[in-house]
Order: sequence, then C-alpha cells, then structure tokens
Amino acid sequence: MPRQRSLIYTIVAAVIATAIGIALSFAIHWFPAQASTQARNTDRLYHVLVIASVPIFVLVVTVILYCAWRFRMKPGEELKDGPPIHGNTRLEVVWTAAPAILLLGLISYSFVVLHDNEKKPAREIDIGVTGQQFEWSFQYPPSVTGGKPLETHQLYLPEGESVKFDMRSKDVIHAFWIPAFRIQEDVVPGITTHWRATPDRVGSYPIVCNLLCGVGHSTMRSKVHVMPEAEFDSWLKSELSVSTASASTGGGASAGATGKATG
Amino acid sequence: MATAVHAPGPSRPSPPGYGGGSNVSLGAKLRAPGFYRAAWMMALGVAFAFFLTWVVRASTGHTTFKHYIDGEAILTVSLIAVPLLFLVGIGGFDYWFYWAIGRPTRPEDHSGHGAYTWKDYFRINTDHKVIGIQYTVSSFFFLLVGGLIAMLMRAELAAPGAQFVDANTYNGLFSVHASLLIFLFVIPVFAGLGNFVIPLMIGAPDMAFPRLNALSFWLLPVAGALMIGSFFAPGGAFADGWTAYAPLSTDAPVGQTFFSLAVQFAGASSIMTALNFLVTIITMRAPGMSFFRLPLLVWANFATSLLVVIATPFIAASQFFVLLDRALGFNFFNAAKGGDVLMYQHVFWFYSHPAVYIMMLPGFGIVSEIIAVKSRKPIFGYRMMAFSLLAIVGLGFTVWAHHMFTSGMAGWIRIPMAITTAIIAVPTGIKIFSWLATLWRGVLHLDTPMLFALGFLTTFTLGGISGVMLAMIPFDIHVSATYFIVAHIHYVLFGGSLMTIFAGVYYWFPKMTGRMYDERLGKWHFWTTFVFFNLTFAPMHILGLQGMPRRVATYPAQFADLNLFISIASWILGASTLIFLYNMVTSWRGGPIAVKNPWRGMTLEWQVSSPPPVFNFDKLPTVVGGPYEYGVPGAVHGTFAPTPAPATVGAAGGSG
Repeated sequence: MPRQRSLIYTIVAAVIATAIGIALSFAIHWFPAQASTQARNTDRLYHVLVIASVPIFVLVVTVILYCAWRFRMKPGEELKDGPPIHGNTRLEVVWTAAPAILLLGLISYSFVVLHDNEKKPAREIDIGVTGQQFEWSFQYPPSVTGGKPLETHQLYLPEGESVKFDMRSKDVIHAFWIPAFRIQEDVVPGITTHWRATPDRVGSYPIVCNLLCGVGHSTMRSKVHVMPEAEFDSWLKSELSVSTASASTGGGASAGATGKATG
Repeated sequence: MATAVHAPGPSRPSPPGYGGGSNVSLGAKLRAPGFYRAAWMMALGVAFAFFLTWVVRASTGHTTFKHYIDGEAILTVSLIAVPLLFLVGIGGFDYWFYWAIGRPTRPEDHSGHGAYTWKDYFRINTDHKVIGIQYTVSSFFFLLVGGLIAMLMRAELAAPGAQFVDANTYNGLFSVHASLLIFLFVIPVFAGLGNFVIPLMIGAPDMAFPRLNALSFWLLPVAGALMIGSFFAPGGAFADGWTAYAPLSTDAPVGQTFFSLAVQFAGASSIMTALNFLVTIITMRAPGMSFFRLPLLVWANFATSLLVVIATPFIAASQFFVLLDRALGFNFFNAAKGGDVLMYQHVFWFYSHPAVYIMMLPGFGIVSEIIAVKSRKPIFGYRMMAFSLLAIVGLGFTVWAHHMFTSGMAGWIRIPMAITTAIIAVPTGIKIFSWLATLWRGVLHLDTPMLFALGFLTTFTLGGISGVMLAMIPFDIHVSATYFIVAHIHYVLFGGSLMTIFAGVYYWFPKMTGRMYDERLGKWHFWTTFVFFNLTFAPMHILGLQGMPRRVATYPAQFADLNLFISIASWILGASTLIFLYNMVTSWRGGPIAVKNPWRGMTLEWQVSSPPPVFNFDKLPTVVGGPYEYGVPGAVHGTFAPTPAPATVGAAGGSG
C-alpha cells in the first residue's frame, strides 16, 4: 500500500532529522568559555534539554509536512470533507501523560543541578560586590586579604576556590553576571543578594551588568581574572603594599586594573 | 477614501445629537459629541491642571508665583485630565451623564449602529462590528509604528558602538516598541477580532454592553497617543523597558509618567472588553448554544477574559505605585525609606505573566477555527481543547515568579514556580497535538489563513520548547535577561500571536469587509514573513547563550557578525508587512465581492451575509449541533428555521 510505504519513509526521515539535529546541537558552539564547576553542570543540563527537545520539534514539523504533502486538497476534492474523527481517549491520555512525565523528569534533574551549583562548600571566601550607575567595585574583606580590606574595579579570583559574592547596590537594580561562570543575580537596593561559584579555569572573562540600569547600562562592564592560587596571593600582596588610590597599573594579570587599597 | 467600505447601502440620516453633517452650525458642532467638542474640552483639561497645581501649591506654603506653577506637576495632572475630557468630548459618557442628571436619554434606537462612510469609524459607534474594525485597524496602525521602531533599533544594533541614536533614545525606542506592541497591538487586536466575531458566532445581535464597548475602544488611541507622545516629553520617552522596574522608573524623567498613565487607559480598556465578553458569552448565546457547542474561539476569549479581569488590576496597581512614588514621594520602592524594591516585580509579574496567555489564548482560538475548517474535519478532542484553556488560566496565575529566578527573592519560591512552569506546558502540548491530529487524514486547503496557522504551529512549538528550557532554574540563571529571552519572547509573541493574528485577519477578511483578499499576495506575505522571522530571531538564541544582554545600545565586537545578519533579516521581515498592507488596502477597496460563506464553515458567522446585516441575524438562529461537524453526513451547527421542538430550546442556559 503506497500510504503505508510513504508513512514508513516519513518516519525514517524523521529519525534521520532527529539524529542530525542532535548531532548539530553538539557541533554548534553555544556557550562562551566554561570557567566554573557550575558552568559544567549547567552546560550539561542544556545539552540534555536540547536532546530531549529535538525529537519533539521534529515530530511536530514532520506531522505538519507529511499532512501538507499527503492530505492536501487535490483537484476535484473542493467539496470533500475528511473523516469525522472526534477524538481518541487513549491517544489523548498518552499525549497528556507522556509530556508530563518527561517534564517532571527534566525539572527534577534541573533541581539536582541547582542544588549542586548552590551547595555551600566546606571552605569558601567572601567577596563584596557593589553595583552603581555605571560601574562595578569589589570589596575584599580582611578575612581574604589577611590585612587591610581592599577595593578594586576588576575582579581577581583564585582558581579552584569557592567564592561567595555578597552583592549590594548604591542606586538602582543591576545584575551581576559572569557569562563564563553561567551565573547571575540581581543586585538590589536595600537588600544583600548572593551567589557562589568555583572558578576552575585560568583566564580573563567579561563581567556584565544584565539588568537595565540607565543610560550607561551597555557599558557597565568589567573583567574577572581567574589566576592560580600562588599568583593570586602575590597579586594580593602587591595590591596591599600600594597605599593610595593612585596605584600604578602594572603588567601581567592586573593590567588595566585600577586597584586601590582602602583603610 | 470616500468609497463606502461596507457594501453599498442607504446613507443614514444624521441622527439627532450627532454632529458632522455639513450644514450644522459651528456652535452645534461644539456642543455635539465629536472631535470639535473633544478639542475644547482637552484645552479645558490643561487649564484645570494649571489651576489645580496652582491652588494646591499656593495653599501648601509656596509663596512666590514662580513656585505656584510647576511644569512637571501641570503635565502630570494634564495627562490624567486631558484624556478623560477627550473621552467626554467625543461622547463616550453621554448616555450615562444624561441618565445621571435626569435628562431624557436617547432610547437605544441603535442609531449608532452600522458604518455607512469612512467617517463613521471616527466617532462613538455602538455596533460591535464597527468597533471590531476600529479596534483591528487602529491596532495595526500601532503594529506599524512599533515595527518601524524595531527596525530603527536594528539599525542601531547593526554594528557595535553608537550608530544613529544615543543610549537614552535607544532605551526609549525598545521601551516604546514593547509597550506599543503589547498594550496597543496584540491585546487589542485580539479584542477587535473577538468583538467582530464573538456575537456572530454565538448568535447574538450585539455585545451585552454596546456603550461600554464603544468607550473601551476609544481608550486605546488615548493610550497610544500617550506612549508615542512620550518621545516629545522633556528628557525623552520612558526608557526603563516595558517592565518599568523600580527604582529606575521612579527616578526617571517625566516620560515615565506617560507610560504609567497609558497603562491605566489600556488596562481599563482591556478590563471593560473582557467584562463585556464574559457577560455576552454567558448570557447572550442563541437557543441551543450550550457551552460545549461553543466554537473554540469563543472558549478561548472566555478564558482570556477571565485572565484579564483578574490580572489586569495588578499592573494598574504597579503603575499607580510608580506614579505616586514619582509625583508625590510615596516611597513604595525607595529602599532607603523602608520601600520594598522586589514588591514591584511581584505585583508587575502577577499581571504580566498571565498577560502572555492573554496574548496567546485568543490566537489558540483562531487557529482552532482555521484548522478545523481548512482540514474539513472536526477538532480532535474538542472538550480537552476547552479544558486545557481553563487549565492554562488556572496555572497561569501560579508561575509569575519564574520571571524573577535571578531577582534576589527568597530562593525557595523558585522551586514551586519552576514546577508549575513546566507543567503548564502540558495543556499547551495537548492543544498542539490535538491540532496535529485534526490535520491527520483531512482534506487540507493550504491557503493563506491555513499557511499562517501551520507556520504558527512550528514557530510556537519552538517558542514553547525554549520556554520549558527557561523553567530549568540553573539554565535560566545563565540566560535570564539575555538575547535568549528576546528570541523566546518573539517566538511566542511574533511566531505565536502575530502569526495567528495574520491568520485570523485573512480568515475573517471576507466577513468583515465583504471582499476577498488576493490569495497570491497572501502567500507571498506568509513565506516572506515565515522565512525572515526565523532568520531574524533564531540567531538571537545563540547571542544570548554566548553572553549578549538584552536592552543594550552597544555590544562587544565578538557579536558583530550575527547582529548584522539579524538586522538585515529584520528589515526584510519589516518590508514583508508592506505586501500585507497593500493586499488589505486594495482588496478592501476593490477586491472581488465575497460570498457569505467562502470557506464552507459551519459556525454561525458564516451563515449570514458578508458583511453581516446591521443586527447580525434577521432571523434568530437555533443551534442544533457542534460547531465542527465536518464530514458528518447531514450535520448542521445552527438553523434559522422557526424552532420546532421546545426540547432544544431548553438547552439555552448552557450546560456549563
């Protein structure tokens, strides 16, 4: 029967399209640099979501294309009607229950990832983040510096150390986002908000304000420099030894930083 | 333009109390409802604002004349008084005022019904069909303005760095773009199509409250004028996004007040129309039209109206808070004075999440009509389609904080909101699968409305999938407020709502205008829109994942190539609308005369002439069966013969 054969061809085409879609989802370079353990978890979650989504999208498109091809009105059928099918309870139960189960599975997995990403580790350092129109500043408390508190306009983090940000705003709402870490949270006037991450890849990555905060919003950016533990310690030492705000910009990792010690 | 837009009919003698005849004296014109009276009343509104602020300031310790008058205070009071007096001037309240002061009211002689010349569309008119067209045409005007603004934004974003506009203007552009398209296009255009079609579909002569209906339409141009007019305000247009987050909005220049008040007028319009729909659908169904014989478009608007009536007061409240903070220093959102910044977002999203269903459910209704008629099959799983609408209404109120996963609110709220957000995809999925099953083994008429309906199915599925992804909190934490969100919302509102709006406009064009549109141009419009829509918005997903925030006037060079590509695609997408406009204008003026039922639909609107008679049904219809019984031998939805048996009349009250 030609109809059965065309249906089989269509199913085969859909399976191939699904395979191509999933393969493509691995080929496409979706994300920026992956620089925290949280980023690894989140990217994995994203790939799972894409793999679950591709067959559903392919199913919908395939049915539409197949129907448009097989069942389109042919000349002479202008007054013809289709069969009066009003429904099918079993089918309707299936397409209610199956997506519900799939969705509950995915959402449970996302809760596991969320829990892992936000879990308080045995050891972490606290760094203050202050947002104001239109710049970021970062406060290193004595518990981190081992001496005077330190304020900088670029963020320096030791690799492999879990860090918790305590974020405050001086004016309106900002959002403190490090795309390479895959985490952001709003910085809200009147309350202190937090997020934590464990940077695990040395390098410099953008810090972005991701909530409209006024005319300078587009340019409210900074950089985070993730450095090996030893390098971070020597950076701290050199910053602390500079006593005034007119700090000279040295080479290396702190290039462009306007670090200044407060006290 | 003087050609009669409706089928030629007798010209109506100017009814008493309505100005506009050529031999009416100026004095009479100034007293009669209309634009002349509106003009001097608006001037009166400015004078009132001037004196009110003068008196209040003088009596509260401002001693010098210089301090009596304050530009921003006068402007703020004017923005409330002038629109209200415009509505009085145009005649929106005449009947109630006459009634209130005990003067003889004009009996409901329906002298305001029908449109005989194009001028009849520019006055208070109580005919739901005229109001439907007023709504639809003016909404499309705002679509064009909003679309042009979008193309300007894409010009600015075509390359990194500043191109044409400064950051403040850019912020104003995207804020006005979103506000116009949400409050003055998608929501009212659905109200317009519903206005035209619902009374016809349920077999009613008009809406339940025709005068309220007329007033609710005239609130819209007021809201639109406020939003567009904000560009001329000192300090520029409101520039805090359509979300107007406090405390940015409470400290913004006076353009923000234009938004706060425009939302009040647009919201009031929504609520009035929704009440009208609810009462009309509940009380004015034809004999035999039980709830489970209602066409799904009517079900969809019933569900939407429930959402509107419950949710819209919340956005009104949120903007009143902002207004009071701005104008009178109430400090609702001033953290330093005990205000709560996050409260704004909760109140705002308690409306604005249901609002996305307000902007989608009527489209579901349109697609259900078109897919059934154009597949020549009954809707698969009719009752589940109706129940899933109600499920979306219920669940729609339980998901608002998924817009706030990164807002700094208490962490636990995210968990239940994420679960409900995922679960709301189930009723939506039921609808998509049921439409697919309706296509199966049908006889598909792939004309313009059907192409838009099928295009909608694919793009909306993508928007739904990215929506489910966004329910996954760790993923949302990365992409919240990025271009991924811009892509998602446009897949839902453009690929979703706008596709269904185009489908609906083509589908009911013959009924509304009495003319047929050009099918070939319609198909060109579909394919250009569909292709360039996807080319414009699909790459935005990647931009967002890569780290590009939304609402930025400039961006790092690494995003330059994709942005240029998107800009070019978006301009072609915008240009494709010209095909639609040309088709609509020329077909309305000179298209082939439409027969009463060009699609062989079963629902009642297709059983009357195109356009329908002034009172819709010269003979009262009786509904004897379901609305989509295609392929059932001898099945009829409604008959116009005198009702034979009282048994069928008994169902008039509905089983719902």
